[in-house]
Amino acid sequence: MKLIIAAIKPFKLEEVRQALTEIGVRGMMVTEIKGFGGQSGHTEIYRGAEYAVNFVPKVRLEIVVADGLADAVVDTIAKTAKTDKIGDGKIFVLDVQHAMRVRTGETDDDAL
Amino acid sequence: MNNLMKRSGLAALGASAFAALPVWAQEATTEAAPAVTDAAAALAPYVYERVVDKGDVAWMSISTVLVLLMIVPGLALFYGGLVRTKNMLSVLTQVFAITAIVCLIWVTYGYSLAFSYGGSMDSYVGGLSKMFLAGVDATTLVPTFTNGIWLPEYTFIAFQMTFACITPALIVGAFAERIKFGSLMVFIVLWVTFIYFPMAHMVWWWGGPDFLAEQQTARLIAEAAGDTAAAEAAAANLAANGLIWNMGALDFAGGTVVHINAGIAGLVGCLVLGRRVGYGKDSMAPHSLTMTMIGAALLWVGWFGFNAGSNFESNSITSLAILNTFAATAAAGVAWMFAEWLLKGKPSLLGLLSGVVTGLVAVTPAAGFAGPMGSIVLGLFAGVVCFLFVAYAKNALKMDDSLDVFGIHGMAGIIGALGTGILVNPALGGAGIPDYTSVPGTLQVAAYDFAFMFTAQAKAVIFTILFSGIGSFILYKLVDLVMGLRVKEEIEREGLDVAEHGERAYNM
Repeated sequence: MKLIIAAIKPFKLEEVRQALTEIGVRGMMVTEIKGFGGQSGHTEIYRGAEYAVNFVPKVRLEIVVADGLADAVVDTIAKTAKTDKIGDGKIFVLDVQHAMRVRTGETDDDAL
Repeated sequence: MNNLMKRSGLAALGASAFAALPVWAQEATTEAAPAVTDAAAALAPYVYERVVDKGDVAWMSISTVLVLLMIVPGLALFYGGLVRTKNMLSVLTQVFAITAIVCLIWVTYGYSLAFSYGGSMDSYVGGLSKMFLAGVDATTLVPTFTNGIWLPEYTFIAFQMTFACITPALIVGAFAERIKFGSLMVFIVLWVTFIYFPMAHMVWWWGGPDFLAEQQTARLIAEAAGDTAAAEAAAANLAANGLIWNMGALDFAGGTVVHINAGIAGLVGCLVLGRRVGYGKDSMAPHSLTMTMIGAALLWVGWFGFNAGSNFESNSITSLAILNTFAATAAAGVAWMFAEWLLKGKPSLLGLLSGVVTGLVAVTPAAGFAGPMGSIVLGLFAGVVCFLFVAYAKNALKMDDSLDVFGIHGMAGIIGALGTGILVNPALGGAGIPDYTSVPGTLQVAAYDFAFMFTAQAKAVIFTILFSGIGSFILYKLVDLVMGLRVKEEIEREGLDVAEHGERAYNM
C-alpha cells in the first residue's frame, strides 16, 4: 500500500477528486493548509501597514491505495492539478505498513 | 443665575457671545436689524410660551436610540473586526461595558456636571444641583433652537447620555489589544468625570433662544431707561454660557466635545501605553473586515441620529443635517478610496470604510451649518488628509494608535471644526450663523466675518487639544501608577480574550 500526499491549489480540488474517482480511488482525506515553496506570497496593506504574507493557502490530499494504483494516482493528480504556473504543488509517495477498516476490522488492501 | 430658567442646549450658534465680544456682536446687530435701537424704547418684556412638539419628541427619541446603535453594535463591531481574533471579545466587552457604566454615571451625576449651573465655575463645569436628576420630572423642559419650542428634559438627558457613552468608547481603539480591563474602567470613570462633562458644559451650556431673547429685551429696556445696573445684569446673563460657547465657536453635533476630545485622549493613551508587543514585526492584520464593514455601515446609519438629532427639532435644519451626513460621508469615502488606489495600488474595503468614518467625523460640527456642496468639499479634503496621515505619517512615526482613533477622529475632528468656520458662510452655501439677540424672539442670520469665525474655531480646537491632552495624560499616569494600565507581555501574546475575560470569540 502506498500513501500519496499531495499539496495542490485549492481551486483544483474538485477537479482532482473527480479524476481520481474515475480511476477507482474510493476515499481521500483533505486538509486546508498553508505553506511556502517556489511560489512567493503576497503583500497585504491595511491603512498603510504592510504585511508580507509568505504562506499561501493550499489543499493537502492524503490518499492510501493498493500498490498497483499508486502510479496512476500520482499521474492523475499531476495532470489534473497542473496549471503551468509556479505554486501548482508537490506530490509525495510513502509506504504504508498496515491499514484497518474500523467498522469491519478488515485489514490492508481489503480495508481501502 | 440660579433662579433663572436657564437650561442647556447645543452649540448651534455663536451669536450669543454678546458681552464677551461686544464689537463683533454690535456689527451683527447693525447689519441684521438696524431698527433695533429705535424699537427698544417701545419694547415690552419678552414673554413666551413653551410648546412641546410631538414630532420633535418622536424624532429625538429615534435619534437617541440611533446613537446607541452607533455604539453597540456599530462601533463595537467596527473596532472588533480590526483587531486580531484573540482580542475580539476584549474590544467588544470594553465598548459595551463603557456604554453601560457611563449610562449610570450620566444619570447619577454626569448630566448635572454637564448641564446644570456651575456657580463660580460655570464657565468650565456644571454643578451638582441635578445629581440623581434632582428637580427633573416629566414636566421639566429644555430649550431647542427655536423660540417658544421646548423639549422634555428626559428626552434631552437620554439623547445627551448617548454622546457621553460613545466618546470614551471611541478612545479604546487607540490602545486596543494591550490594556487591562479593570484599569480601563477606572480610567473611563475618571475621564468622563474630569474631561468629558466639563467639555460638554463648556461647549453646549447656554440659555436657549427664549432666555437670550428675554435677557436681551431686558437689557434694551434697561438701557433705554438709563438703568445701568439692570442692563449690566442682563448682559452678564447673556454671557453666562460655557467657555467655548462664549468664544463664539460653532459645533453642531460634537466635533470638539466628542471627536477631537476622544482623538486626543486616544493619541495620548497610545503614547503612554506604548506599542503592542510585536509591532512592526508580527502581522496585526484585521481578523474580520466583514465585521468592520457591518460596524461602519451601522455607524453611518446611527450617525443620522447623532448629527440630525443634534438639531433637537424636526425641521428644515434636520433635513440639511441629514443630507450633509450623506454628502460629506460619501465624498470622504470616495476620496480615501481613490487616494489609496492611486498611491498604494489597490482600492481597499478598509480604506473605503475608513474614509466613510472620516467623513462622518468631519461633517459632525458642520452638519447644520454647511451647505451640501460645502459638505462634499469638506469630505473630500478630510478623506485625503486622513488617508495621508494614517497611511504614511503614522507609520513613519511608528505610533501604535491601533485602530487610528487620532488619525481618523482627531484629525477629521480638527478639519471639521475649522472647516465649519469657513463653510457656514452663506456665500459658500452655508446656513449662516444663528443670531437670537438682534431681534429678540426671532432667529436672524448674523453677518459672516471670516477672521472672527475662523479664529473662534481655531481657539476652540486648540483649547480642546490642550484640555483633553493634558487632562488625559494626568489621568493615564494616575491609573498607571495605582493599578498599571498594561497587561503582562505573556497575556498580550496569548490574547486578552482568554486571559482577561475567560472566553473565546470563535469556538469553531
